[in-house]
Amino acid sequence: MIEVKNLHKSFGDAHILKGISTTFDKGKTNLIIGQSGSGKTVFLKCLLGLFDYEKGSIAYDGKIFSKLSRDERTELRSEIGMVFQGSALFDSMTIAENVMFPLRMFTKQSKSEMEDRADFVLKRVNLPDAHNKMPSEASGGMQKRVAIARAIVNNPKYLFCDEPNSGLDPRTSIVIDNLIQEITDEYQITTVINSHDMNSVMEIGEKIVFLQYGLKEWEGSKDTIFRTDNEAVTSFVYSSELFKKVRRMYIEENQ
Amino acid sequence: MKYLHNIGAYFIMIKDIFRKPTKWSVMKTLILKDIDDLIIGSLGIVAFIGFFVGGVVAIQTSLNISNPLIPKYLVGFATRQSIILEFAPTFISIIMAGKVGSFITSSIGTMRVTEQIDALEVMGINAINYLVFPKFIALTLYPFVISIAMFLGILGGLAACVYGGYGTLEDYVTGIQNDFIPFHMAYAFIKTMVFAFILATIPSFYGYFMKGGALEVGKASTTSFVWTSVVIILLNFLLTSLLLG
Ligand SMILES: Nc1ncnc2c1ncn2[C@@H]1O[C@H](COP(=O)(O)OP(=O)(O)OP(=O)(O)O)[C@@H](O)[C@H]1O
Ligand SMILES: [Mg+2]
Repeated sequence: MIEVKNLHKSFGDAHILKGISTTFDKGKTNLIIGQSGSGKTVFLKCLLGLFDYEKGSIAYDGKIFSKLSRDERTELRSEIGMVFQGSALFDSMTIAENVMFPLRMFTKQSKSEMEDRADFVLKRVNLPDAHNKMPSEASGGMQKRVAIARAIVNNPKYLFCDEPNSGLDPRTSIVIDNLIQEITDEYQITTVINSHDMNSVMEIGEKIVFLQYGLKEWEGSKDTIFRTDNEAVTSFVYSSELFKKVRRMYIEENQ
Repeated sequence: MKYLHNIGAYFIMIKDIFRKPTKWSVMKTLILKDIDDLIIGSLGIVAFIGFFVGGVVAIQTSLNISNPLIPKYLVGFATRQSIILEFAPTFISIIMAGKVGSFITSSIGTMRVTEQIDALEVMGINAINYLVFPKFIALTLYPFVISIAMFLGILGGLAACVYGGYGTLEDYVTGIQNDFIPFHMAYAFIKTMVFAFILATIPSFYGYFMKGGALEVGKASTTSFVWTSVVIILLNFLLTSLLLG
């Protein structure tokens, strides 16, 4: 479980996060949604300790991140998997080497054990035969999937994904969403996902936090998001005719 | 103010190079790769420049000695001195600040821009050790590069002198053996080691702490080249006054 209390973050004069409090539960897929530029990535990077913040606290299973010693942070971080918005694959390594990297760094596995594990996760992200390609030879969607494979290869306790299915086709997108939900449930991971993909919201949003103008405007789940009459949420989520229809049908069906 | 801040950040980075080392099995491959990129990859250009500039030094020296009272072997002697004392350690290091330095800045800078450094840090890896330490170790082989420049520079001087008709082989060989002071070698290699450290760390600093996008990677490489050369020139002055003055 991750608890965030009153988080403030500015860049110079630009106040990006203006006091956000929420919790992300273990074994659940927690989604952060909001417009482009609303601060989702900044929020995620604060959680990871990549950005310093002016005020607030972040606790990982009760351990307050800013109070951890360097070694304790390192230890915590070896239990974190992260998928960056731009994939952030190491471009001097092949796809298989990228995926095996966390294993090489943090485990004592033999080469063949690591290769087996990399095979396994690459199959799960639907990339059974891209092992020897360099990241620059892979498409954007493939890079995204490699990044996901690298994030989950060492069974993290906390998984962060910044727009895991931007750049993916609808089918792969659903495969990835389901994969993230499956492993979250299977290994009881605390998963936090940034998204503006409405499909993911409705499929896997066990908890949804809606950010707007640097504040938490609304919080709920994929079930309550259909019923909310929060103006900001409805105008963001149901901006397309299709989703307006979906919403109407959902409400009719569940009356 | 900004300069002071940068200098402080630079020394903190130096300390972090040696903190929390990366696993040896991983580090080993990084070091081998950097030896290949930084040392082996520089040998060609260093050999080329060393040989031809050595030739020019010999020709210039002999053209400027018109007085018949000055012994002929002086060409070899002067060529040896200028190559060992200044040309190889300092001049080649400035060239390397351009070649190796901008390579280091742009490769680390690109990793910063594409969030690869964030990815390392999120995993709990000391990114400064991971990125800079292998370059530091690779550049401990830098004296080897400079030795090659010295050797080929003197050889180039010989070729230019003998085949250009500026003097005889015997005179040149007598000249390069004349009045040899071992401490000059020590002085040259002390400088070389200091410059190697500068070449590994200042470009890394500019790559690691850069902000922005692809355009800024280019700018950072230029800034890195300027500062690496400035520091090399200043330290050259300082070391020369301390060691030979
Ligand atoms: N390193 C930075 N320096 C200065 N400002 C920044 C920095 N990173 C982000 N910002 C600003 O913070 C705001 C939020 O950016 P952020 O990247 O978090 O948006 P986002 O919600 O992730 O958007 P998207 O959905 O497009 O990825 C933006 O106005 C951006 O300009
Ligand atoms: Mg973002």
